[in-house]
Formats: sequence, structure tokens, C-alpha cells
Amino acid sequence: MVTLNVNGAPFETDTDPDTPLLYVLRNELELNGAKFGCGLGQCGSCAVLADGRPIFSCLTPISVLEGREITTLEGLGTIDAPGPVQAAFIEEQAAQCGYCIPGMIVRAEALLRRNPAPSDQTIRDWMEPHLCRCGTHMRILRAIRRAIDGGGAETRARDGETPA
Amino acid sequence: MRKLLVAIVILLVLGGAAYAWAVSAPEIEAIEPPDPASFDPELVSRGRTLALIGNCNECHNAEGGEPYAGGRPVESPYGVIYSTNITPDPETGIGRWSPEAFARSMREGLDREGGHLYPAFPYPHYRLLRDEDIEALYAFLMTRRPVRAEAPESELPFPFNIRPILAGWNLLFLEEGRFVADPSLDEPRNTGAYLVRGLGHCGACHTPRNLLQAEERDRFLMGGENSGWHAPALVGAVPAAVPWTEEAMTGYLRREFVEGHGIGLGPMEPVTRNLSRVPEEAAVAMAAYITGLAGPPDPGAGDRAERVAERSREPIPTGLGADPGAHIYAGACARCHEHGTPDRLAFGIELAYSASLRLPDARNLVHVIRNGVKPPPGEAGFYMPGFDGALTDDQIVALAAFLRARFTDLPPWENLEDTVAGRDLEEDETGQAILGLVRSGGDG
Amino acid sequence: MNDPIPDLTRRGLLSGGGALVVSFAIGPRLALAQGEEAEVVEQRGELPGSLKDYPFVDSWIRIGADDTILVMTGKAELGQGIKTAIIQIAAEQLQVALPRITLQTADTGMTPNEGYTAASHSMEESGTAVLHAAAQARRVLLDLAAGRLGVPVETLSVEDGVIVGAGQRIRYGELVDDQLLHVRVDARDEAHDPSGYTIMGEPVPRVDIPPKLTGEVAYVHDLRLPGMVHARVVRPPVYDARLESADIAAVEAMPGVLGVVRDGSYLAVVAEGEYQAVRAMAALQASARWTGGMTLPDGAGIADMLRSLPSQENVIHETGPGGAAGGAGARRVEATYTRPYQMHGSIGPSCAVGLAEDGGLTVWSHTQGVYPDRAAIAEMLGVSEDVVRVIHMEGSGCYGHNGADDAAADAALIARAFPGRPVRVLWMREQEHMWEPYGSGMVVSASAGLDPSGGISDWSYDLWSTTHVTRPPPARNLAPAWLLERSLWPPKDVNIPQPAGGADRNAVPPYTIPNARVVEHYIPVMPLRVSALRSLGAFMNVFALESFVDELALAAGADPVAFRLARLEDPRAREVVQAAADRFGWADFERGPGRGRGFAYARYKNLAAYCAVAMEVEVEGETGEIRIGRVVAACDSGQVVNPNGIANQIEGGIVQSSSWTRFEEVRVTPDGILSRDWASYPILRFPHAPASVEVHVVDRPGEPFLGTGEAAQGPAAAAIANAVADATGARLRDLPLTAEKVRAALAG
Ligand code: FES
Ligand code: FES
Repeated sequence: MVTLNVNGAPFETDTDPDTPLLYVLRNELELNGAKFGCGLGQCGSCAVLADGRPIFSCLTPISVLEGREITTLEGLGTIDAPGPVQAAFIEEQAAQCGYCIPGMIVRAEALLRRNPAPSDQTIRDWMEPHLCRCGTHMRILRAIRRAIDGGGAETRARDGETPA
Repeated sequence: MRKLLVAIVILLVLGGAAYAWAVSAPEIEAIEPPDPASFDPELVSRGRTLALIGNCNECHNAEGGEPYAGGRPVESPYGVIYSTNITPDPETGIGRWSPEAFARSMREGLDREGGHLYPAFPYPHYRLLRDEDIEALYAFLMTRRPVRAEAPESELPFPFNIRPILAGWNLLFLEEGRFVADPSLDEPRNTGAYLVRGLGHCGACHTPRNLLQAEERDRFLMGGENSGWHAPALVGAVPAAVPWTEEAMTGYLRREFVEGHGIGLGPMEPVTRNLSRVPEEAAVAMAAYITGLAGPPDPGAGDRAERVAERSREPIPTGLGADPGAHIYAGACARCHEHGTPDRLAFGIELAYSASLRLPDARNLVHVIRNGVKPPPGEAGFYMPGFDGALTDDQIVALAAFLRARFTDLPPWENLEDTVAGRDLEEDETGQAILGLVRSGGDG
Repeated sequence: MNDPIPDLTRRGLLSGGGALVVSFAIGPRLALAQGEEAEVVEQRGELPGSLKDYPFVDSWIRIGADDTILVMTGKAELGQGIKTAIIQIAAEQLQVALPRITLQTADTGMTPNEGYTAASHSMEESGTAVLHAAAQARRVLLDLAAGRLGVPVETLSVEDGVIVGAGQRIRYGELVDDQLLHVRVDARDEAHDPSGYTIMGEPVPRVDIPPKLTGEVAYVHDLRLPGMVHARVVRPPVYDARLESADIAAVEAMPGVLGVVRDGSYLAVVAEGEYQAVRAMAALQASARWTGGMTLPDGAGIADMLRSLPSQENVIHETGPGGAAGGAGARRVEATYTRPYQMHGSIGPSCAVGLAEDGGLTVWSHTQGVYPDRAAIAEMLGVSEDVVRVIHMEGSGCYGHNGADDAAADAALIARAFPGRPVRVLWMREQEHMWEPYGSGMVVSASAGLDPSGGISDWSYDLWSTTHVTRPPPARNLAPAWLLERSLWPPKDVNIPQPAGGADRNAVPPYTIPNARVVEHYIPVMPLRVSALRSLGAFMNVFALESFVDELALAAGADPVAFRLARLEDPRAREVVQAAADRFGWADFERGPGRGRGFAYARYKNLAAYCAVAMEVEVEGETGEIRIGRVVAACDSGQVVNPNGIANQIEGGIVQSSSWTRFEEVRVTPDGILSRDWASYPILRFPHAPASVEVHVVDRPGEPFLGTGEAAQGPAAAAIANAVADATGARLRDLPLTAEKVRAALAG
């Protein structure tokens, strides 16, 4: 039995402890945000946060996540009340097929929590592990910039996060 | 012990200062930057090959910076040293250096003005170079795009920030003379010796260093370190699971995935990448020389490795209450590394052949687990995601212990927790200890 | 707002789900006339767009007594924003607010058969059909209202679906009955005046983006049906290898495994849990022994191989006396360009869900063509099309014919073996990489004469390529069908004729050149599996042609933009070229060390959107890295429906092309395909994205919609090569323009 804490709620599962988190999120918790892209840690589609740091859920066995706070795309906002990074992506229409975007949002969120004022070069370097095949990169970069400039950090600070 | 160290350091400072006073090197006159078109293209092209063998682009290039413009921080036990700008920029680079000034820097570790360079710049090796090779390197560097970039001041505490102290260091440790071929060695071994000991400066990482950071001559290539990585022994206690052959090492040096060895990681990555870009003869010669030094392989080693590999192919023990390391291996590593994985994705090595698991401590393994492996952007190559953030220190300890037990026949690592927590690095500790002594000495 | 999940009660699915069942007055006139193959019938001079096949208004628009408006399209959302554009068109023409429209996309149970969503045809076909159908629906409603009110129709106006006039208000819903909209569309009537548009032409936010960005069910990957189980397939090392043996019993004993499906060499495993299926797949694959199968080509020699294979010679364009005659004193310029096999490389691997129940079979798929896929699946299973229903749900972007149809076939085969249980099948990353049909390798050899005044005296252009279309049907174009006991092998190729062309798409120069000859050497065999990859042959042909034009301009000592303009007659082409050059600041560009500018232009297919691209690059000589700086594009897609959507497509096309052009090449040896993941098939990552991309959209109110999704790839590629030549003097002609090739070209 492994107990996970996903988006603030505890979840108990008797799935094998070596099962990658992605499968538990998608099939047991029925969360769609984290997606299977490669299963190899090469694309970032499956990204979620563990204690605020981005991880590849496709390669992280649930056994290592006990006692840590897991945040998925769904933990950042909803369709009716999108979080600041989600809202910035929507404003910039930063998606084509959109398959890669949940991972991008999650990773960008992690950056903004650590560094509320990253340079453009820092953003590009930070996003390097994530692939987009539609070529939405320019919009993704603009959306992250918008999230930074649009007071996203303030909102997060109110939520009790301290930007490191 | 402490007192002795203090004494050495103080003597060195005093001696160095006195020596520097006595024999301060002259400035070599500045020249008008030569016209790039004045260099023979053949010479430039040979210089490019030599610069790649010398790995110049790696140190003289800050992350995200311009090639050869320097500015890269090089960690030493005494502090951070920044590499210099070796583009032909007249103000901030070597644009006004004459061939003589360049040759002197390569052999004596002095800049054009006569100031001392830190031996992080491997002039103790480069002194062996033939004149024509220094000339080719000069031609190559003087035809690069000049970049205006001032290297940051190195951040060394007293007394290491007093450069004349290096005169004393040179007096103690810098050998004299050019490379002399060894008549007992055939070709390509002599070429290999020239490259390994000279331009390739393999010993800078692979030879252990003494307290004053000079290579220990009698333990040549017996294992050293660089940037917190082990540079494994190439002679003596070689950690490879299967003994190196000339052919295997040639491929390895050229960044090929070699069965039973894998690929070069950490500081060795750029070295092998550069060697893959020059004619194969260089790697062939270096491999011939190094394997020759190492002597004939232990005849039983191959079989032992096979037995270990065979044993490690048992199903992964992931039942209830199993080793937490086994769960991590099964969920995070097995897809690319486990024997029998279809298509060997991402070129993962079967870990029974990983030298990182066979080193005296786990630091290389920990680096790889945390930071992964990446090819240069846009190029095909070996890829592993880093697990920093996904695995806690305790989990890395569990994983490392599991891997060592499953994939080697060696005893468990001692002090694994310390290694993972970064409390290892014997050399660093020594360096810190000396620093501490010097500081207290200075105060008192 | 619209359809993502239809009624999921099982019986509802197979019957078509109640009230919305549409029985078309007439069936599709052409069973398979769509996508690339529709090019043949393009200029028939009849009803425009897909109205040719579905000429009745109620095939497209249905209005309920409760004022609900259902718009149906046979096209699929692929991330190109088609849903939003079609809703905009319908809302504009019906004069209702956007939220009033419900859109139903491709579903063989509900929507028109519009074949494939491909070849940038969606706006031309479906957009045009909805435009005219909606405009006519409004006219019919207005006429009826005028009659009821006894006033001339001109005195009436519409406010958000309510007809206002003579002091009265009548809702659309009050006017409709079953047959009202069952009228033929008369496309000669004007749609309403473009100058009064308030919805079309506006950057309306896409309807599909918020659900995708907040974790709603948005993709077929997210579909969860009650009792659903998980499947994984096991594929041989090469397309047509045969399965000797596999340890099925051991795999069936693994935890959670419900069974192994084997049919000839076809292998799949089904388990309760998804990760259980993954583990079982790995075990099954490790135990499988295969024999035979074709020998693959050696990637290093692809260009020579293509030129040596038997080919059909098609002269597709000839002006003047032909041949390389040239005037007296003409200087010859010759060059050969190559392109390796390249991948679609969808970020999410192909996925489908199948359910076999009550003698019927339903497949949810991200196929580009629900009807063609249904026909192929039915043929593969040997059943009638009527018992198969294919419902489109979005997938990861496909960029053409990727693994989607194959995965749908997998779902059909596996679901048939587990009746009553919905089966979700998802490919692994390596399966997507190794089994998708690639974009064909190509070789182009060009030769031209320059007369002493710098004019082009003659032009000859030869291209070698295998096919660019092997879409299903027939069933033999589904990879799973190759492996069955009753094997359907090999796949069947199609050569799309001019003017749209397949391999030869955009091979005919858009410039006025006397004495030109263009020859396609079409290779009917397929050393590697290939099919439609975004823009087909146009990517390579525009790369080669526009590189060559640049070489000619350089040889003639002319400015590359002026050289093009001097030979370009179409005023719309001239306008995009001029706009891109002006906004980029072509004339004032300052070169620096390693820094240069490049330009290229094409009209996609020589009949869709116009696109010109100008860019600056910096070439780092030591590493060979090509850094793309500022990029400026201009695009004319006819009447603009959603400018942001067009900009998104062009931006994406440029960035994607900058990856194809610099990094991508399927690595293959006779022993197998080596490009199995993103480490062995690298694509662009963020640090290599351009510094900026600006898109200037030229609006043409009232002009027909022109497909845009594939317009930028070719010009972007040539602009990169031209800029590298400008920056360094080195002309690179072999794609991809890798750092290694740049280094080699500059070393010395
Ligand atoms: S799916 Fe996890 S990194 Fe690609
Ligand atoms: S938007 Fe399609 S992969 Fe990124």
C-alpha cells in the first residue's frame, strides 16, 4: 500500500510500488493533465511537481513519492478558474494540438516559483527538457513571459508559496 | 601534521616570492594582430585537429559563451579559476601575442606580460609539444573570430591569489624538456605517448595529485579526479568490468558505444566528442599507448564479468517489502538498462558493465543519476534524464546500494550517505584543511 | 461548447445516439474523393468545397425548435483550430453569437464524409461548404419570416438568431420544421457582404484550448469507458517479418493479463491495468522470435539508392523548346539537393479505443479520415462498413499520415477478440518512431543557364522520390494488416498528379522562365514505409527550388528578392514577397561575422496560400551551430476567418521546418531502423528556437479560403539555407543542415 498526496488530497493505492506515477494519475485518479509521450524522460509530456520541483511521472515509481506533495496540471487551476500560468497560455493561444502543453505549464510553474523574474535565456534553458512537435515554442515562451509580467508571482505569493 | 602543512605553505609563499623577485619573467613585446589570411590553411587545419585533441574548446568556453573566449569557472580545491580568452581579440584575447609569447605560455605558463598562469592550464603537459605543433595551434587560434570578452578575476584566497607563488610551484614541479620518443615503444605507441602525456594532458585528470595539486609522477594515470568526478585509473586498479582492448578503447575515445564499457560521461564527454572529430589515428595511438601501459589483462576478468552479468539477469526482486532500491530500479531505470529490454532504448548500458558501479566510491554514479546524460542539442546521442528532484538523497542511497549489489561482485560502498550528501571528496577536504590552516596561520 | 464525447451508453453509440441521427438525402457522390486524392477533382466548376458531395443545407446545419444550432463537419480538429474557424463562419453567416453554435466533428455515425482532414483542405472544403450552407439557411429563414410577416425581406434584420422587422421578433426556432433546410445550396448567391463581418476575420480564441490546458478530457488518450482494459502491441523488427514463436503462456500468466491476441504474426496483449500491459508487452516482445522480412536500405546511401531504383519518368511541366539549350554565352549553374527520410514524430504516440458489441464495432480514433479509416478497417476484418463506426477524437498533432489509422486497426483487431470490453491501445514511443510511415527521401537535380544580362535562359529540374501517399483504404495500407495470417502486403502507393502533385508538389517554378522543363522520376517501390508528411514533396521541392533560385541570383550578382520579383507576375505573390522583405528590413540588413539573411517564397501547391519568409541566422563556425534570429513571414490565405489561427499555423510551420531542416534524419541500416526515440531522432528543443517569429497576415475579404497549414515549411527551409550561404559563403544542399555538415563546410 502506497499513500500519495496529490493536489492536496491523500490517495491510497495497492498498485505495485514500482509502477510509474503516470499510470496511477491517469487510471486510478483519472487525471488527464500528465500525458504519456515517451516513457523515457525525453519529452516532458508527463511532468508533474513533487514538492514544487518538476519530475517526469513516466519514470518515477510511486514508491519514492510517499510523503511528498504532488501537484499536477489539475492542481494549478480549472477550466472555470485557470491558474495564472494556465491563464497566460490561454491568453497567448499557446497551443496547437496542445498535447505537450500541460507539461510545459507545469514546468513553467516550477520555474516561476523558484525565480519570479527569469531572463529569456533562463526560460529557454529551463524548458529544454520539454519537446513540442507543433512548433508552438514562440507562443509558449511568450506565455511564460506573460505569466511573469502579469503578476502571476503575486497570485502565487498570496497562495502561500514563497518564491525562492 | 597540521604544523607541517602550515610550514610547507609558508615556505612556499616565501620561497616563491623570493624566487619571483629574483627571476621575474620579462614581458614579450606586443605585436600588431596578424592578418588571418597570412596563415597557411594547411597549418590552420592541422591546428584545428590539435586543438580538438587538446580539448581547448572545453575549458576556454563559458557556458553559453563564444568558443575560445574563456570565462569558464574551473573549480580547484583552492578556489575558482577562470579560463582566459584565447581568441585573437587584441584587447582581451591573445591578438597581440607573438608566436614566441604563445610558445612561452604553452611551455612555461607565463602570459605575454610575464605574469604567471595557474597550472589549471596544463602547461606542465604542453611543454612536451613539438615546435611545429605549437605553431599550428597558434595559426589556428589566430584565425578564430576575435571576441571581446574579459575573463573574470579568479577567486582565490590569500596566499593563492599571489601569482608569483606559482614561480615556486614551477620550481618544485615543472619538468623541463620536450617529448623524447621511447625507443622501446613502437608506433603508434610513441605517437600515443606524445598525445597522452602532452597535448591530450590525460594525466591532468587521471593521475592523482599531491597536496599542492601537482601530479604524482610515480602514480601516472592511476586514477585522479576532476570537478567532483572520479577520473578512473587507466593503469593499475582499472575499474572496467571487462578489460580494455586497444580496439575497445579506440572506439570509446571516439565516443562510440563500446560493448562492455559504454560511453564517456562527465568531464570525459567533451574529450571523447572532440576526439571523434579528428582523424582516427589519434585515438588509435592513444589507446595503444594506454593499454600498453596497463599491461596484459587479467585473464579471468572476462569470465568473472560474464558471471556477474548472468547473475544480474535474474528477475528484479520487487515484491512486497523488497529493497526500496529495487523498486526504483524497476520503475525508473529498467526500461532502458535492464538486460533483454527490447531495442535498447536511449542506448542504456547494461549496468553489469558500468564502470561507475565499480569505482571506489559512488560519486560518478550519483552525478549521472542526478543530472543524466545529454547529447549536444540537435545531435543524436546518448540520453538519460536526470532524477534530481524525483529522488531524495535517501532514495539515491538506496538505489546506488542496490545497483552495486546487483551488478557487481564488489563489497558495498562505505560512506555512501556521505557521498550522496556531497560530504566526500577527500581531496577537497584536504584542500579545505590547508585553507583553514593557512587562514589560521595568517591570523596568528 | 461542443462535442468532445458523444453519448457513451453502449447502445446509444451503435445506434447513433438518438435525436441527432442524420440520414443523408443522398450519399456521398465519391466514396473516396478526398484529402490528397481530391486534388484530381478540384476544378470541376460545380458547387464549391464539400458541397459537391453534400449539396443540401441540412447535411451541414440543423436548427432545433429550441433554437439550438448544430453545425456538422466531416473534418477533424488536429490542433489547427478548424473547429473555431468553422464555428466563426457559421455564426457569422447565421448572424448568431458564437456560443449558440454546437459543432459536431468527424463521426461516421453523424457527419458528412469529407474524407481526410489533410492537404490543408479543411477550410477550402468544409469551411466553404458551411459558409454557403449557413448563408443559405439564413436566407431561407428570412424569406419564410418575410412571408409570415407580409413584409419585403429587405426590411428584416437578424439579431443573434432572432429575425426583427415590422415591429415583431421571430426566433429561428419558431420557423424551422423537418424539411425546411432540406434544400440544395445555391452557392451563386452572395454570402453576406464581407465588409460587414464582425465574427469572421476576428482573432476569436480557440474553443479547444481551455479544456486542453486544464486537464479536461480532450484527447482519445483521455477516453475512459466503463470496464475499459488496456492493450499494447508487439511488432516485428521489420515490417513483414514473420513470427516464429512467442511465449504466450508465460505472458498470459502474468499479473493482470487477460490474454494475448495472435493472428499470424500479429501480436498484442491485453491487461486490466495499463502498466501491467506495458510489462506484459515487454515480456512478450523479449520472448518473440522472428524470421525473414525485407532488407532495409542503408541510410548513408539514400540519395544514390533513390537515383538507382527503377522509376517512371513524368514530364510535368514544359515551356519553350525544352532541354538545356540555353542561349549563346549562357553560363550554367547546376546543383543537386537531397533530403533524407523524415518523421512525423507526434509527441503523443498513436492511440485508439475499440468496442465490439452486439455485432457492431466502434473505434475512437485520432485518424484524419473517419470514413476512409472505416472502409479500410472493414476490409481488413472482412465485414461490411455498416457495422463499423469510427468516431474522431483528437490526438497529439499528426502532421499527416502517422500511426493513427494503424492504431485504430489495432483497436479493432484487439477489441474483436474481447467482445463487450472497451479496449484502449496505445503505442510505445519506439513503436511510433519505427512504424509510422515516413516522409520520403528525395533527390533534386537542377540546372539552369544564365544569359549575360543575368536572365534565366533555360531551366531543368529533375526530382526522384518514392510516393508521398499510402493512406488507407485499401486495408493493405494498415500496418497491422501486413502481419495477419491472411497478410495484406505490400502497401499500395498513389502518385498524385499535377497541378497539386505529390512527390512533385511545388516542383513547377512559380517564376516566369522561358524554356523550362520539370521531370518527376517517380519510384513505385518503397524501401521504407512512407506516406503523407505535412506538405508532401513541397517541403523538399521548395527547399531545392528556392535554394537554386538563390544560387542563380548570387551567380547573376542580383539581390535575391529583386531577382524573384522580376520573375513573379501574380500580384498576390508579389505582395507577400514585398511585405516580408519590407517588414524584415531586407534592404537595410547589416551582415556581421557569421551573420546573414535569407529569403524564400512559395505558393503552396501553386494553388493554396502564398507565403514568403525572410530571416537572419548566425552561424557559429567552431560548433557548426545555426542560430536563427529574427524571422518575418507574410501570408495570404484569402478571406481571413481567424488571423490568430493563421499566424499560429505559420509560426508553427516555420519552427517545425527549422527542426526538419537542421536536425532530422531517420537513421537506418540494413539491420533495422535506428531512430527509435528522441535520443536517436533528435528534434528541435527550446534553445534552438528562433529568437522571434513575426507573421504578417494579408486579408483578402470575399476571396476563397486558401489552405495555410502547410504553406510555411518549404519557404522556411530554403530561407535557412540561403541565410547560411549569405552568412558564410557555404552552400549546403543536403538536408538536414546539421552542425557537423556546417563544420565540415567551413573547416579548412
Ligand atoms: S512521457 Fe515522460 S518524459 Fe516523455
Ligand atoms: S502543441 Fe502540439 S506538441 Fe506542442
